[in-house]
Amino acid sequence: MSGTEHGLVGRTAAELATSIASGEVSAVEVTQAHLDRVDAVDGPAESGVHAFLHVDADGALAAAADVDARRAAGERLGPLAGVPLALKDVITTSDMPTTAGSRILDGWRPPYDATIARRLREADVVVLGKTNMDEFAMGSSTENSAFGPTRNPWDMTRIPGGSGGGSAASLAAYEAPLAIGTDTGGSIRQPAALTGTVGVKPTYGGVSRYGLIACASSLDQAGPCARTVLDAALLHSVVAGHDALDATSIDQPVPDVVGAARRGAEGDLTGLRVGVVKEFGGEGYQAGVEARFNDAVAQLSKLGAEVVEVSCPNFVYALPAYYLILPSEVSSNLARFDAMRYGLRVGDDGTRSAEEVMNRTRGAGFGAEAKRRIMLGTYALSSGYYDAYYGQAQKVRTLVARDFEAAFGRVDVLVSPTTPTTAFPIGERVDDPLAMYRNDLCTIPSNLAGNASASFPCGLADEDGLPVGLHVMAPVLADDRLYRVGAALEQAYAGSWGGLLLNQAPELKESAS
Amino acid sequence: MTTAERVNPSSLPGFDDAIARFEPVMGMEVHVELGTATKMFCGCSTEFGGDPNSQVCPVCLGLPGSLPVVNGTAVESAICIGLALNCDIAEWCRFARKNYFYPDMPKNFQVSQYDEPIAFDGWLDVTVPGADATAEPDVYRIGIERAHMEEDTGKSLHVGGATGRIHGASHSLLDYNRSGIPLIEIVTKPIEVPPAVAPAVARAYVTELRELIKALAVSEARMELGQMRCDANVSLRPVGTTAFGTRTETKNVNSMRSVERAVTYEVRRQAAVLTEGGSIVQETRHWHEDTGETTAGRAKEEAEDYRYFPEPDLVPIAPSREWVEQLRTTLPEPPAARRARLQAEWGFTDLEMRDVVNAGAMPLIEATITAGADAAGAKKWWLGEISRTANERGTALEDAGITPADVARVEELVAAGSLNDKLARQVVEGVLAGEGAPDVVVEARGLAVVSDDSALGAAVDDAIAANPDVAEKIRGGNMGAVGAIIGSVMKATQGQADAKRARELIIERLGG
Ligand SMILES: [Zn+2]
Repeated sequence: MSGTEHGLVGRTAAELATSIASGEVSAVEVTQAHLDRVDAVDGPAESGVHAFLHVDADGALAAAADVDARRAAGERLGPLAGVPLALKDVITTSDMPTTAGSRILDGWRPPYDATIARRLREADVVVLGKTNMDEFAMGSSTENSAFGPTRNPWDMTRIPGGSGGGSAASLAAYEAPLAIGTDTGGSIRQPAALTGTVGVKPTYGGVSRYGLIACASSLDQAGPCARTVLDAALLHSVVAGHDALDATSIDQPVPDVVGAARRGAEGDLTGLRVGVVKEFGGEGYQAGVEARFNDAVAQLSKLGAEVVEVSCPNFVYALPAYYLILPSEVSSNLARFDAMRYGLRVGDDGTRSAEEVMNRTRGAGFGAEAKRRIMLGTYALSSGYYDAYYGQAQKVRTLVARDFEAAFGRVDVLVSPTTPTTAFPIGERVDDPLAMYRNDLCTIPSNLAGNASASFPCGLADEDGLPVGLHVMAPVLADDRLYRVGAALEQAYAGSWGGLLLNQAPELKESAS
Repeated sequence: MTTAERVNPSSLPGFDDAIARFEPVMGMEVHVELGTATKMFCGCSTEFGGDPNSQVCPVCLGLPGSLPVVNGTAVESAICIGLALNCDIAEWCRFARKNYFYPDMPKNFQVSQYDEPIAFDGWLDVTVPGADATAEPDVYRIGIERAHMEEDTGKSLHVGGATGRIHGASHSLLDYNRSGIPLIEIVTKPIEVPPAVAPAVARAYVTELRELIKALAVSEARMELGQMRCDANVSLRPVGTTAFGTRTETKNVNSMRSVERAVTYEVRRQAAVLTEGGSIVQETRHWHEDTGETTAGRAKEEAEDYRYFPEPDLVPIAPSREWVEQLRTTLPEPPAARRARLQAEWGFTDLEMRDVVNAGAMPLIEATITAGADAAGAKKWWLGEISRTANERGTALEDAGITPADVARVEELVAAGSLNDKLARQVVEGVLAGEGAPDVVVEARGLAVVSDDSALGAAVDDAIAANPDVAEKIRGGNMGAVGAIIGSVMKATQGQADAKRARELIIERLGG
């Protein structure tokens, strides 16, 4: 079925913005339609999509009504005014709880807005609620959420990817046309690939991290998720840009991502040099994934791009290096959850010391994966081990960045499959962390090097009929190249797919709520 | 403190006995709170004395999602301190996270600097008095290992225990106003000086460092407010050997005098342990101002592994050489040079100057002189009346309630003959009591000297009439008797008479 059959919730963000701006439809109507869709498909937590941890219907409708009132008064509004959005629950919001998917923050209401949240409000985007995620963004399936997994709208027995499974699933289930994700090792791109949506990890420092609850500070990057490339670009341009509250934020103009998406949609990639990363493929890669990836490369070639194979020999070391750097930072970032000032407090009955209460709280509040990474990181940073683990991993990081640099001397973008496999069944890999970690094999190098990357839908795997993503990597601050490639591909596939790949997803059962 | 650790101070060897066998090696670690308007990594006020938790924000509370941004003024202050300590300034350095759990540290890590301090490898010359009063003072060069930036922690108040310590407390209160206040930690190289002067050198180092910090105007460095905090490391080695012994670190020795006492005590205590064949435990020790002792704190072998790693939320600091050199040109005259210059200008002896410096009166005297007083007059007030009052109230000299301008005005009134010494003291007393500026006190208390001739003449006439015998003696040429009539005049005027003018009037009437 096609998106247009869904009525208002089937429209793209760009279409909705235009309709709201022209007065054809009100922001309140658009918001209500999405809230109704959430009501219909998101619950119950045990069997629905479960993309949302919190829905703020009143707040969303009030924000929408405000947009309508100001439009009626002739005020000039932002390019996405009145368009609903799903916000990953790792971004602080002063008007909604923020849990980062963890029991330890259950019920916490931050006293401040993240820069992203503030920019969305200032752009008159309507935030519907907060989306489910792996605890503190650690996971590739959303099964590590303390509040239960999110389901993949393509197959409700399967995972939607993670950590941003909630954001991606909300798009695929037509609960929101836009979502914000965060990507530490693939948490935007891998769920996008597994749900047939678009996910972009901007250049590190491109979008402010102020108010993004840290997983690994040197790797975390927030970015746009959408069903179309243009929608992602529009959202990207709203949230990106320098922020004085984030010392690692880049003080440079945001690349013209919207312009790049529009030019790309013209379907001409003449002159673009595309490098296929030699190291990503073969053993461990699902046949259907490789087939769709090869089709996509052929498609880029047909659009005029010049395709060559490029070797990035250090990319194979990226995964182990990542699993030293990430836990090290995690062990320090998660130390603050100690029951003293906010969040969960366990065992404070007046007989126990602060240290005992802290230990009990952390024992009860963190899930298994969070504990695993805290222990790994604590070990890796310990005196006597630092050089062999953290120090060595930082060297690999430099080598990965050099591989990118050398490659981008020859080509404009690199491509690979986004993930080695399509979406797997819920529960299949929960007891096998290493199999779980392999999901991010292709996406991790860009987090280590800080360059821009994205995943775009490139078809369905023959063996299971599930979506496959094309991973496109661009140099630091060349985010616009991603949009050019993504939009060209989207336009080229539109004919054979009858629009977006997502149109081929099965219709979800609506509950009679 | 357990009884086993208690040492009877009277059973310890004397300091001289201790150093006859052992040589101390010292190391000083001094934390200075910078006087920036805002905190190290956020915009919160650093003002002292606000209501608990009134000067906090998501950043200094370490709330999830918050991020630090470096205070540029704090970096500038750190560079100035480094330059004034003759250090090299790093061309590139980073902050690091020092990880450990403590409730008054909101992130459970402290943002500090580890192996890349902003300033390193410098020195500071300090002066201690010579062996006797006539000898030239001795100068020692103290090596500076490093000066680095870090953030302060919050403050815990343990309630319900006997001593304010955590042991036995029923609960604790946390105040995060201090959390994130910028600190500079200055660490010396090992200090090896003649054993006899070691405690005095330690004191002189902290004193000189404090003068330097104040001269740079980067902090008021008031130890009683915790703006400057000192940890003293001491180890002993047998006389004639070179390898360092095991050291102890005595924390929070927070006055100049305590630094000297704490080092002296540790030398004696460690000498006693070593003499009895024991060994020194590497540990932190607590200084007790009241008893003059140190007691064992945390043993270092159980000390935590801080798991330092570069702070990923901050970008490296790379001060340009141009900036560093520009800052170097703004450095004030070094305190030692300034002291020498002022001593010469004021004509004070070494001993007088030492008293002035020890009292912390030098800048006040300088300001008083600038306001018009002479050096001797300014010194008299600041080291006399005002010092006494400040001591009684336990405040710093500058907080005693009188300004250099006030003191200069009192001196001006004395010079003009409007006040005599006795009245001047009353005026200063009034100003110190908060009664207002000198002229206000003079007016309110009616303290002006009676020097106008009609009023004074009447008092003189009365005194002569009341003491005919004395008057006769003066008429007879016994000028020594004039004093008795003056005394009578002073009594009648409650001391407000201008004694010099009274003498003239008496002689006019009786001596002519
Ligand atoms: Zn603050």
